[in-house]
This record gives sequence, C-alpha cells and structure tokens, in this order.
Amino acid sequence: MFQGGVAHAAPHSGYDDAGPQVRAMQDDDTQNPGFLWVQQGETLWTEAAGSRATSCATCHGPVTAMRGVAARYPAFNPATATPITLAQRINHCRTEHQGATRLPPESDALLALSTLVAVQSRGLPLAIDDTGPLRPFIAAGETFFRTRQGQLNLACATCHEERAGHHLGGALIPEGHANGYPQYRLEWQKLGSFPRRLRACMLGVRAEPLPADAPDATNIELYLAVRARGLTVETPAVRP
Amino acid sequence: MARPLINVPKTVRRGDSFEIRILIAHPMESGQRRDEYGKQIARDIIHSFLCTYAGEEVFRADFFPAIAANPFLAFTARAVETGRLVFTWTDDHGAVAFDTVEIVVE
Amino acid sequence: MQRRFLLAAGAALLALPAAPAHATRTDVAAAISALTKGAPLRPGRVKLDLPLLVENGNTVALSLAVAEPLPPGERVLSLHVFAEGNPLPNVINAFFGPRSGDPHLATRIRLATSQTVIAVAACADGSFWTDSVELLVTLAACVDEI
Repeated sequence: MFQGGVAHAAPHSGYDDAGPQVRAMQDDDTQNPGFLWVQQGETLWTEAAGSRATSCATCHGPVTAMRGVAARYPAFNPATATPITLAQRINHCRTEHQGATRLPPESDALLALSTLVAVQSRGLPLAIDDTGPLRPFIAAGETFFRTRQGQLNLACATCHEERAGHHLGGALIPEGHANGYPQYRLEWQKLGSFPRRLRACMLGVRAEPLPADAPDATNIELYLAVRARGLTVETPAVRP
Repeated sequence: MARPLINVPKTVRRGDSFEIRILIAHPMESGQRRDEYGKQIARDIIHSFLCTYAGEEVFRADFFPAIAANPFLAFTARAVETGRLVFTWTDDHGAVAFDTVEIVVE
Repeated sequence: MQRRFLLAAGAALLALPAAPAHATRTDVAAAISALTKGAPLRPGRVKLDLPLLVENGNTVALSLAVAEPLPPGERVLSLHVFAEGNPLPNVINAFFGPRSGDPHLATRIRLATSQTVIAVAACADGSFWTDSVELLVTLAACVDEI
C-alpha cells in the first residue's frame, strides 16, 4: 500500500480548516457560487454539439445517471493504457463521440460540465480502484508528491504533509486534498480546476509548471485521490 | 451573461415576509487592478439591480466596485398577491440580465 | 509570465503588492454627509454583521438588519454601506419599496485591508441610524493573481 503518511490518521478536508463563513458558503447551495457553473452545465448537458449533433444526454441520459462516476476519477483508460481525468474524459467524449472540438482548459464550458458531473457524486466517498492497472501511475504520482522541486526546493509533501496544520503567513496550511474540484476559491473569485491549483503551487515554489495534460499532472491528481481516501466528494467546494 | 440563480419559495402565505436569494455570474472588475504591464484594467461592474413584484418596485440597489465577483444578494418581500417577480441587472456595458419568477400567494 | 507569484516560505518575508490608494475617514464622512444632508446620525436601529477576522478580502459576507421594532408607521427607506480602507468609500446603496419585507440585506463585499466598515439606515421620518464594525483582513500566503 501507499505510504500516505498524512499528519492525521484520517484525512482532514480543507473544509474543516476553513472559517465559518467559507463553510456556510459551501453548505448552502443557494449561496455557493459554484452552482452558477452547475446550472450552466445543465444547459450544456442537453445541448447538441459537433458534427454528429449529439448531446451528453443522447448517450448518458439524465445527468443524475452519473452519480458515482466522479468518485472513481481519474480512472484507467484501456484505449491508451493510462489514467484519464474527468475533464479529459469529457473532451474525449466531445472529439470521439460528438465530433466536436475540445473545450479549452479552464473554460467556463469545461468547468461547467466537469462540475455538473462531479456534483452528482457529492457526499460519496472517493473510490479509486488502486488494486488494478492504476497502481504504477499512483506510485508515480506519489513520487512526484515527495520530490523536491523549484528554486525553493519544496516537495508537495513538505507543506501539505509535514507542515499541514501549521501556518504560512496568516494562512493555515491545509493537507492539500483535491476532493472538491472544480472548486470556488475566494482568491480566484471564480471556479477553477485542480490543474489550475497545481500550476499555482508549482509557480509558488518557483518550479516550471507542468504542460497541460502532462502525465505527471494526471498522476498527481490520481495519487491525491487515493491519499484522500475516507473523504467524500465536495464539488463544488468553497475555499479561501 | 450567464443565467442568474434565483431562489424563492414557490408558495407563500398572504402577509408573510419571504426571502429572495440571487446569484449572478459577473467578474465585477473593479477598475482598481493593473495587468502585468502595469496598465489599469478597465472597470466592468454591474452597477444597478432592480426587483419588481407584480409591477411594483420591491428592492433596488446601487453596486460599487467593492461588491464581490459573482454578486450575491438576499432581501425580503411581503406576500401581497400572486404575481411575477422581475429581476434586472445593468452593467457598465449597458448589458442587462433579466429574469422572472412566479410567486403564488395563498 | 501570466501570473505573478507571491510566496512566503518558512521565515521568508511576505511580498506584498503596493497598497492601493484608499478612501480615508474624510472621504467616508463626506459620502455620509452627502446622504444625511447634515441630519444627525444616531447609533441604533440598524445592525451590521461582518466577520471580525476575514480570511480573504475578496469575498466577505455582509448582512444588515433592523435591530429593533420600529415605531408604528415608521419604516426604513434605504441602507448604505461605506468602507474606510477601500479604494472608494461606497460599497452598496439599497432601497426598500413599500412591498419589501423586513428591511434586511445580505451580500458579499471586497475589503482591501483591515478597516472600519460603516452602515447607515435612512428612515421615512428623516432620521438616520448607524452601526459599524472594525475588522482584520488576513492575507493569504500563496496567491496567484493576474
């Protein structure tokens, strides 16, 4: 099994570290701005796209049928024998099944569809299958997590494991679980994806950010999902 | 502008006060920020909001750049008759988002 | 580089962008006297609710309510919020029509720095009432901003 040497025995969601106001925003769907993207996703779900003029609903039916799916992502893609993230899977559907163009990373449309699918699994425990073909990719993700990088020479683990619960400036360092993406960050003043957060962390330690869809970006997302086992899907989470 | 999210009770008892909660997607660019070249980013905010109920003004607000992105508002109205709540947002480009909700008074 | 990165690591100093010019107490006082036209401002009736410790100044939940039952026939016509430490003194003006319920308002505001936020309620009888909150805005350590 993977070390997952998290400071606490059980993983501790960033929700528990947030202040009462941030938690209140996440707790109430009528106050959570992430639901603006959920609503946009509902429109896109049934909108015909691409040369085949098909919508997500044409194949998948009502979006409620997607309950449980996001809890299993990143998942193994037998066609490429690599893991695939939920956002990549949505774009795969567009190019392969709808004859449509890929939605750009961080576009409102891709965030909206990702959030709509993920919110169907809200409250379900993360359920990555770490016994099968994903194993080597999870291990590669853990290696990335523990490798020091950048001019500041910090690994993900340096802050989010060894120093989780301590402070950096006025802010509490969270354990760095990715169970609420896409999530609304007050700092961003909008919804954003896990890759955006990863890019920010890497620039923060003065490392070269990974190119979009780099294998390590998927591997770290996968490892974090395994590491966060015991937590539930919180999408769309709200964080400071 | 994307569609706003509006939350109101479906039915209300006559004479009761009920809460209206609304969220709308908008960057609310303050006009105070600068881009990476030091150039000021032009102000682009929703500057006014209006809610009418069965044709009468219930609530109106002037927003300034200190209103957060994706503005949230909660306010109350008194249930007097079954009718339509109409919401109008106007931003610096003159773009107007417009939405309506029926409210049933019993 | 698209995003500037500010990071404090361990004991390293927190790098801060130059503070924006901000409204002063004088600016806020001027904005309030433009509203009251010299009428006295009394404490009471309006209750301003804001967190005393703000995690991120980009989005701060604010609520305003009328604190006590008003005299018969009296009603609140409008509520106004001012910020002494923001670039501009005004935050929001809210006007309540005859069909509004309890004069109550919740929204989310931006606060550039630690400061005092002031609310003013204008009543139908021409009186003005006020409440204020002095709060601390903490800064995030890792920020990515355009």
